[in-house]
Amino acid sequence: MLRIEPRGCESKFWRYASPLLALVLTGVVSGLIFAAMGRPPGRTVYTFLVMPLLQQDGLQALAVKAAPLVMMGVGLSLAYRANVWNIGADGQFILGAICGGGMALAFPDAPAWAIFPVVVLAGIIGGMLNGGLVAWLRIRFNANEILTSLMFAYISQYLLVYLVTGPWRDPQGYGFPQTAMFADNTLGPRLVADSNLHIGVVLAPLVAVALWLMLERSLLGFQFRVLGQAARAARFAGFRESRLVWVAMLISGGLAGLAGVLEATGTVGQLTPNLSPGYGFTAIIVAFLGRLNPLGVIPAGLLLALTYLGGDAAQISLGLPNAVTGIFQGILLFFLLGCDMLLLNRVRWVSGGTRAAR
Amino acid sequence: MTTLLVAFLVSTIAAATPLLLAATGELVVEKTGVLNLGVEGMMLGGAIAGFAAAHGTGLASVGVLAALAAGVALSLLFAVICLTLQTNQTATGLALTIFGRGFSALLGAGYVGIPAPTLPKLHVPGLSDLPVLGPVLFGHDALVYLALALLAAVAWCIRWTHLGLVMRAVGDSHEAAHALGYPVVAIRYGAVAFGGALAGLAGAYMSLAYTPMWAQDMTAGRGWVAVALVTFSAWRPVWLLVGAWFFGALMYLSLYVQALGVAVPSALLSALPYVGTVVVLVLISRDARRIRLHRPAMLGRPFQVGG
Repeated sequence: MLRIEPRGCESKFWRYASPLLALVLTGVVSGLIFAAMGRPPGRTVYTFLVMPLLQQDGLQALAVKAAPLVMMGVGLSLAYRANVWNIGADGQFILGAICGGGMALAFPDAPAWAIFPVVVLAGIIGGMLNGGLVAWLRIRFNANEILTSLMFAYISQYLLVYLVTGPWRDPQGYGFPQTAMFADNTLGPRLVADSNLHIGVVLAPLVAVALWLMLERSLLGFQFRVLGQAARAARFAGFRESRLVWVAMLISGGLAGLAGVLEATGTVGQLTPNLSPGYGFTAIIVAFLGRLNPLGVIPAGLLLALTYLGGDAAQISLGLPNAVTGIFQGILLFFLLGCDMLLLNRVRWVSGGTRAAR
Repeated sequence: MTTLLVAFLVSTIAAATPLLLAATGELVVEKTGVLNLGVEGMMLGGAIAGFAAAHGTGLASVGVLAALAAGVALSLLFAVICLTLQTNQTATGLALTIFGRGFSALLGAGYVGIPAPTLPKLHVPGLSDLPVLGPVLFGHDALVYLALALLAAVAWCIRWTHLGLVMRAVGDSHEAAHALGYPVVAIRYGAVAFGGALAGLAGAYMSLAYTPMWAQDMTAGRGWVAVALVTFSAWRPVWLLVGAWFFGALMYLSLYVQALGVAVPSALLSALPYVGTVVVLVLISRDARRIRLHRPAMLGRPFQVGG
């Protein structure tokens, strides 16, 4: 029979090989699922993962999709390192978009140099408010952050629906549930004229590097890692858990808010009810695929962005519902977690019946 | 007034049923020390499997069985990864929810907007025609009664049977249970499968009785509310029932007030149950000592022989 045995120390090889193994297994299994659905597996996987890149402006679309995922993934990897389970990044994303978008709607005539920073700052604050509330409820009232952050994701979504169907609805929008388009001067600069490459595309990798430095090279980062790996040791060392929870929730919330406001102003140009196609949940997978390392989050974000583009491509050219993206992402996360078992354990074939008693 | 009251009670019991089913399953899972955050995904899997099977065969009962099987299948996926491969339970549960959402949306794409047979309502001649008591007590479908019976059975099993004792031992100290010779991992497998079966039934109730149709993400966070309910109840079955009825009432009221045409926008009213969940969680969790007293000590911790 197969037996799983502890290695005793972490395997260097599997540290890098396990995400790759997970990717290969995900490709194989999703191919099998497509085959079971009567679709040609090779062509479907090709449509999913290769075709989006070959299209005109494919790389540009990829960068724009990846920017919010990387930003949120970086924040989440920091929080998860400290065992702070913020799974409501979607809500923080939406709240950031609401706060920033509200500013953009309120001051359409302000000069661009003045209003755009205000819009961005409002977005960050919106996300931080949501994240901070979760942190406060956990620290002050011991309320489980998994559940509260998720509930706020639903609440933020309904708040967005309320605003775009009610007070903020575009009077000239023929009754569609959406706000007016933001004025041009509130949208922020473009990296290339007339493209949708907004500043988030540059900010996301910068944020990743900054948080990597903080996590790996600062005392605060060290405290985060200790709290995550050995909470008792952190307490004996005198690290204040509550402070770390605050920092984790404010940073991950603020980054999600930033991602939200840049998506609203940079990509969409208005607030609509389906502003986030589950970015906050995808960012969880991004964080894990990146091994909870901010630098690893960058390639992970690009890959998951590709699954969104692939979902669209599969919908257009194969007629598959774009929910396929969700399946692909779920399988990927399963395999990622499962393959990580190989980091600390080895699988050995033990001849039947003999059970090592330890 | 009486008709209002009857409508309120009947609707509350109906809205509470999926929560109660899913939460009863999750209670058993958590009692053995496993945290399965995939309830939402398993409910969605059960909802679409039940709907598709009922639509295909024309029999609601086949749908219920299919939903149960789908819930078990999804939960075993979780069990293999997090019990055998010993992964992080929080992350694995999230993966199950993400997978279940995507999978159900894909399977359900062809079932949007079409009818399927619904679960028949009980009709006991005489009893069901009683004023007030008739519709409130004797006018529901089978799953409503099954949910209550399962809760009672689980409560009795955990409190009074040998199996319940072993389950609690596994959840409170897996090392000790293992040293006594109990198969820790096998017991957890069983509990996770039971939780999956009940989450599947909860999904079937959603798509075959509560709102008899299929819509993407139709459970709308009820799986998460069920997980919250288990914490709310402090792992005690009686309080699970109280909590489920409370949230059922909240869900009904947010619909009812909308129907009255009160000036509160419907989107804000729809957020009410989620706000309620946060408020109740905060109130309950405030007493950290009480939570720690009742919480299975091994909750969320992987078990490895010799590890």
